[in-house]
Amino acid sequence: MANHAAHTSHHYTSTGLDSKKIAIWTFIGSECMLFASLISTYLIYKGRSVVGPWPHEWWCAEGNRVAATAAELANCPAGQLYKPILNIPVTSVSTFVLLCSSLAMVLALAAVENRNRPMPPNAGAWQKALRSSKLWLWMTCIMGATFLGFQAYEFTSFVHEGLSIRKNLFGSSFFTLTGFHGTHVTVGVIWLGSLLAIDYKRGLGPKDALQVDIAALYWHFVDVVWIAIFTLIYLIK
Amino acid sequence: MATATAPTYAPPIERKRYGLMDWLTTVDHKRIGQLYLNTAIFFFIFGGLEAVLMRYQLMSPNGTKVSADTFNQLFTMHGTTMIFLAIMPLSAAFFNFLIPLQIGARDVAFPRLNAFSYWVYLFGGIFITLPIFWLGAPDGGWFAYAPLNTRQFSPAHNMDFWVLGIQILGVSSLAAAFNFVTTIINMRAPGMTLMRMPMFTWMSFVVQWLLILAFPVITIALFFLQFDRFFGTTFYSLSAGGDPLLWQHLFWVFGHPEVYILILPAFGLVSEVLPSNSRKPLFGYPIMVYSGIMIGFLGFGVWAHHMFSVGMGPIADTVFALTTLVIAIPTGVKILNWIFTMWGGSVRFTVAMKFAISLIAMFTIGGISGITHASPPSDLQQTDTYYIVAHFHYVLYGGSILGIFAGIYHYFPKIYGRMMDERLGNIHFWINFIAFNLTFFPMHFAGMLGMPRRIYTYDAGQGWDAFNMMSSIGAYLLVVSTSIFLYNFLKSKRSGAIAPENPWDAPTLEWSIPSPPPEYNFAQIPMVTSRYPLWDLTHPERTAQIPHTAVGHDEAAHRTGEHITASGVHESDIAPMHIETERKSAEELGIPMPYPTIKPLWVAFGIVVMLSGLLFLTTNKVLAFSMIGVGAATMITFIYQWLTSPVE
Repeated sequence: MANHAAHTSHHYTSTGLDSKKIAIWTFIGSECMLFASLISTYLIYKGRSVVGPWPHEWWCAEGNRVAATAAELANCPAGQLYKPILNIPVTSVSTFVLLCSSLAMVLALAAVENRNRPMPPNAGAWQKALRSSKLWLWMTCIMGATFLGFQAYEFTSFVHEGLSIRKNLFGSSFFTLTGFHGTHVTVGVIWLGSLLAIDYKRGLGPKDALQVDIAALYWHFVDVVWIAIFTLIYLIK
Repeated sequence: MATATAPTYAPPIERKRYGLMDWLTTVDHKRIGQLYLNTAIFFFIFGGLEAVLMRYQLMSPNGTKVSADTFNQLFTMHGTTMIFLAIMPLSAAFFNFLIPLQIGARDVAFPRLNAFSYWVYLFGGIFITLPIFWLGAPDGGWFAYAPLNTRQFSPAHNMDFWVLGIQILGVSSLAAAFNFVTTIINMRAPGMTLMRMPMFTWMSFVVQWLLILAFPVITIALFFLQFDRFFGTTFYSLSAGGDPLLWQHLFWVFGHPEVYILILPAFGLVSEVLPSNSRKPLFGYPIMVYSGIMIGFLGFGVWAHHMFSVGMGPIADTVFALTTLVIAIPTGVKILNWIFTMWGGSVRFTVAMKFAISLIAMFTIGGISGITHASPPSDLQQTDTYYIVAHFHYVLYGGSILGIFAGIYHYFPKIYGRMMDERLGNIHFWINFIAFNLTFFPMHFAGMLGMPRRIYTYDAGQGWDAFNMMSSIGAYLLVVSTSIFLYNFLKSKRSGAIAPENPWDAPTLEWSIPSPPPEYNFAQIPMVTSRYPLWDLTHPERTAQIPHTAVGHDEAAHRTGEHITASGVHESDIAPMHIETERKSAEELGIPMPYPTIKPLWVAFGIVVMLSGLLFLTTNKVLAFSMIGVGAATMITFIYQWLTSPVE
């Protein structure tokens, strides 16, 4: 079969696109419904938890069946007043980091595609940096891992504040939704990490652009989902 | 039928003998299709026997043959087996076997992923079926309504098997769906435009989209239930304020498209059988395509008609009643177009054709009874009675199963290279047809007289006795007819008359190559000139009225030419529409074939071991974690090996 090496790398396709590219788009379509179900469940259960903690409300005294009224909050004894659990400033930082990772991903793909183009003789440090797929893959991975670190911090601090996955509907739906997203980010980091390993082993060039492109599509999708989650779960009260 | 029984003009084909390892490592879509077909027929018989046991119990009032608990397991496993392990994989057998052949491809887009889908299905099927042997099978209905199935109300392992089993089977369906959508979009022969694809491929295309969009929803619903049962989350917990309708909504958002996942492939098969045997193009091809898409699209907007009795309020009830009624339009269009396909045709009553025609009649009965409960006030009288059981057996047996039988009789020669015995087939057809109606028609009356579903026994004197007796006798007769089918299937596989490449004089690409097709399918990829490329060669008068491109038409040639240069495929790989009768090996022709591989099997096995570990989480932590660990390690190791080894 060696003499048919020319066949094996490029099959005839109806659209001219590689089949993997079509498959990743159908996969992303499926993932949309996965996250749509998770987000819908979160929104349906919003405000239905019978015990605290709650995402956005101050509340008084553990065991209250509902978030406390303004009058109750004013009279709440010291040590019994609980703050809303979502920490928007901290999560804004991790959201920003995750969004920036998409930019790094775009630059990584461009660097892989342009690997064989000659560098202009008077190229500056920035132009040279732009051609380094290793640099941008590292950046993407690190930013993804940073996001995961923030999430680990968020999860542990929530548990310390009394919100576990078993505590109430908010806990169950929140941890499941963000946990699913975190798992997707983890898979993405491992995927990009393997591309990085290949890059170190033999260098990623234009012929690998498709592989990088597919990973990038997945990565951007995971980012876009986070925008929806951050807006619907964190920002809207 | 002269063509059907004439073994003379095709010499006996020396079939390669395949050993066990050949089957375990195959990535050939045709052989994976055979694996699906045989496994699914096994599960069809298994699920049928579960139903017969139920009918044995219900034959007369106050039956004592099985306990209430066993009865719960029987109806749960009957539904689950028939839907997930019989009809869906029977359709998958045809997806696998036919889609690449019908679009002129040499294999699916991802052959190894295809093998993976099958092995996940097999292991998942065994996983969910085994517990019936120690009477520990799932007992919460195929719909598994939570919160009734949370740990609180269902503490034993029964429903654990269901939750994990359906999760596993979902992986199989999703992997297959990505594969087939990609195959249909990207692997079509030159000239095979979307509006020239055979109707079976079109309906399959719609079904793959339904799978892609509906399965994630049940996946999430199952994850919630899994987390509730294993990790103590509160999704379906009433005391924590959980909504008892959450599961119902998520389940039916999946469950209703699932109905079309079950029926559309059968519609597709019938749309192949009818034109071939009427010797006339399909009536209104474009409108058949659009109505199939319309059914798939509307299928996502009708789920709450399964829930009229929960009291959703007048607005929701009205909206879902309307969308449900609207779906009758594209379905009715299909029925009329099939009838018009036969109208004025020169109809040949092969067994496949009889099954196809009986589908039209039986599905229409099921469709009409369906319309009666599309209306909420009428549905409130019918819901949870045997009337509903009658309805969905008329659409699933009278629709899906009859269509699949039509497909099996029609495509058997192509799959196995031998003809099925038409005489036995006729006996099968008639006993099956009478038995089916005897079993399910009386259920309409029993239901109207108030007999509830899912009861394991009933008192005499409520007017149900005679109807139940009839249904049970019908069920026994179905055993007889299915036995005849099974005998015919096994006998014909071994010693049926040798099949020519096109025994039915059919018009589509799969019939232009030898039976059974060689491993590479097409020695030269044909350039497709119309919807009925083979009739363009053999019966041009039949296709005069349909849109065409002439052979070697500039545009087609130009587009092909572009791809040849861009892809480096030899020009000799593509040829004008032709009939292939020669059988050479792939090496002789220089066609690269994917390597056989066992890695997909091990990945599937790892997934099942990993999820099985959850069963022991409460009783034996060491065993549970070692199973999860070993399963995950197996899965990851073989995924790595899979990704780092070349396809061909």
